[in-house]
Amino acid sequence: MSSDNRPSAGVPIGAVGKHAVLIFFTALSIVPVLMILVNSFKSRRAIFSDPVAFPGPETFSLIGYHTVFVRSNFMDYYVNSLTVTVVSLVLILILATMIAFALAEYEFTGNKLLAMFFLLGIILPVRLGSVSMLQLMVSLKLVNTLAALICVYTAMGMPLAVFILTQFMRQVPREIKDAARIDGANEYRVFLLTLPTIRPAIATVAILTMIPVWNDLWFPLILAPAPETQTVTLGAASFLGQFLSDWNAVLAALSLSAGPILALYLIFSRQFLSGLTAGAVK
Amino acid sequence: MAEVSINQARKFYGTFEAVKGIDVDVADGEFVVLVGPSGCGKSTLLRMIAGLEDVSGGEIAIAKTVVNDLPPKDRGIAMVFQNYALYPHMSVRANMSYSLRLKRVPKPEINERVNRAAAILGLDDLLDRHPKQLSGGQRQRVAMGRAIVREPKVFLFDEPLSNLDAALRVQMRSEIKALHQRLGTTIIYVTHDQVEAMTMADKIVVMRDGEIEQIGEPLDLYDHPANRFVAGFIGSPAMNFMQGTVDDGVFRTSDGVEMARVGSSEATTLGVRPEHLALSDEGVPLTVEMIEPTGAETQVAGKIGSQPIVGVFRERISAWPGDMLHVRLDHEHVHLFDPGGLRVARSRSSAD
Ligand SMILES: Nc1ncnc2c1ncn2[C@@H]1O[C@H](COP(=O)(O)OP(=O)(O)O)[C@@H](O)[C@H]1O
Ligand SMILES: [Mg+2]
Repeated sequence: MSSDNRPSAGVPIGAVGKHAVLIFFTALSIVPVLMILVNSFKSRRAIFSDPVAFPGPETFSLIGYHTVFVRSNFMDYYVNSLTVTVVSLVLILILATMIAFALAEYEFTGNKLLAMFFLLGIILPVRLGSVSMLQLMVSLKLVNTLAALICVYTAMGMPLAVFILTQFMRQVPREIKDAARIDGANEYRVFLLTLPTIRPAIATVAILTMIPVWNDLWFPLILAPAPETQTVTLGAASFLGQFLSDWNAVLAALSLSAGPILALYLIFSRQFLSGLTAGAVK
Repeated sequence: MAEVSINQARKFYGTFEAVKGIDVDVADGEFVVLVGPSGCGKSTLLRMIAGLEDVSGGEIAIAKTVVNDLPPKDRGIAMVFQNYALYPHMSVRANMSYSLRLKRVPKPEINERVNRAAAILGLDDLLDRHPKQLSGGQRQRVAMGRAIVREPKVFLFDEPLSNLDAALRVQMRSEIKALHQRLGTTIIYVTHDQVEAMTMADKIVVMRDGEIEQIGEPLDLYDHPANRFVAGFIGSPAMNFMQGTVDDGVFRTSDGVEMARVGSSEATTLGVRPEHLALSDEGVPLTVEMIEPTGAETQVAGKIGSQPIVGVFRERISAWPGDMLHVRLDHEHVHLFDPGGLRVARSRSSAD
């Protein structure tokens, strides 16, 4: 019994304080999301008369979702957002892991300089270049295409991804790479062998880069505002003016837009748990 | 036929010379151990043989072919690393078969070779596990299995046992030796542990600061160390060194204590191993500072004059710190070194 090292019933004061802080911040981030979700199922009047109440028999209404699906091309926006996010994400991950491998693995002149160059991309806000980007897209005839968004987001996500992944690539034990080279692996295979060992880092980068892309309003607005290339965020924003600020629709659209990103998040965050490097080296 | 010959091999990291023109010849089937303190360039030399480091100068030949410009996979070598370096996401079987799959060896042959290696190393039941499900000793065995499967001309080991606990280290030591006797393949083995070197090697190469101090058979190094460094490095507990001078054929310490008759000599350092001191009724006086009985033998630490000395005796000794013992130096086993640390030959007259 005394060898039982589970925490005893009497929780120490320190733990109470810690939990209070944690609960506070959890609430701070969850409550607004919950409010959006709850209110999206209420009638317009109920939203304003009692925003914190749960939908009851009288106040329950699906009018918001009805508007979203019937009176706009919401499914198209969905597909657009998913396409842009997933393609950008895949491009970022492929390019950034390869760049990180090269920066961490090979000694060549300009290695440090190149790393600094990527670092610079983290510091400078990409939106500063919006005008010239628009000009570029106009001359490339890419305005109002998803490709324009994919290009910009890939470039935007690259610096942070390269930075994080390079740090992790440096930590891959060089003996694993050496063993692979002795076993006859070419450099591409050596590169592929390092990926499983940095899986948690890749998942982190995926989450960090995908959320701003999914949520972005700016670039869809200036580079691809056409109805057929609108993304979810832009579509949701359009309810703000188009139907005299249709709050039901806005809340419904926001609730719906959280779905895919949540799914992607769950997929990637599971990678954190599997400590796959365990056992590779001592 | 896979002898390895290293000819004036050099390695520069920038301006720092990690390996300073080394010559080693390894005969076919020989078990050679590179030993030396940490940072002396053992791993660098081994990695140069493997092709993982460029050779800055000199020549390395495996089986009479100069391999300086060959990639690692074409050198006919296999390497086992200190930290195992298994592929974490692959099963034991996949780890071991990786090189063969890359070479597109037919499946049945791959299976046969993996199974044979697994049988040699007792890995049969572990083939479907992943590295993280294995103990340290098992992981190191898998790393060896991965090397064996390639059927290399030369095995390279870089401190393969340093991550294992003491008991396992002794066990794996004999397993590697048995493996060598069974396969008869040339082995170059790096360690900083002189006990490992002494027990495993056919031939030991003692290195320091990127240079070779001495090459020889284990007992050769023990009996005839070429210099003070090797004398102090090989053997445990380490050899005692007494500073002094030779006068009238007698070595006296700087405190004037008469140690042994050594014949005329330029020596300024006398070396004697702890196990070559013998108790006697009269002789060199030794002041006891600490006594450690281990049962089989007794280790005594103390001072001769003002210079520290350690002795290991078969007898059980009842003495206390501060007591005086008398020891005799077995003159057959007295080593003399000149001011530069080089061994000084003893003249024959010293034996009387
Ligand atoms: N990549 C490198 N760059 C610079 N110096 C190195 C590098 N690798 C090893 N060294 C240096 O070379 C020397 C020999 O290293 P190493 O061969 O690893 O020693 P050890 O005998 O312990 O295996 C050490 O002083 C080490 O600091
Ligand atoms: Mg080393």
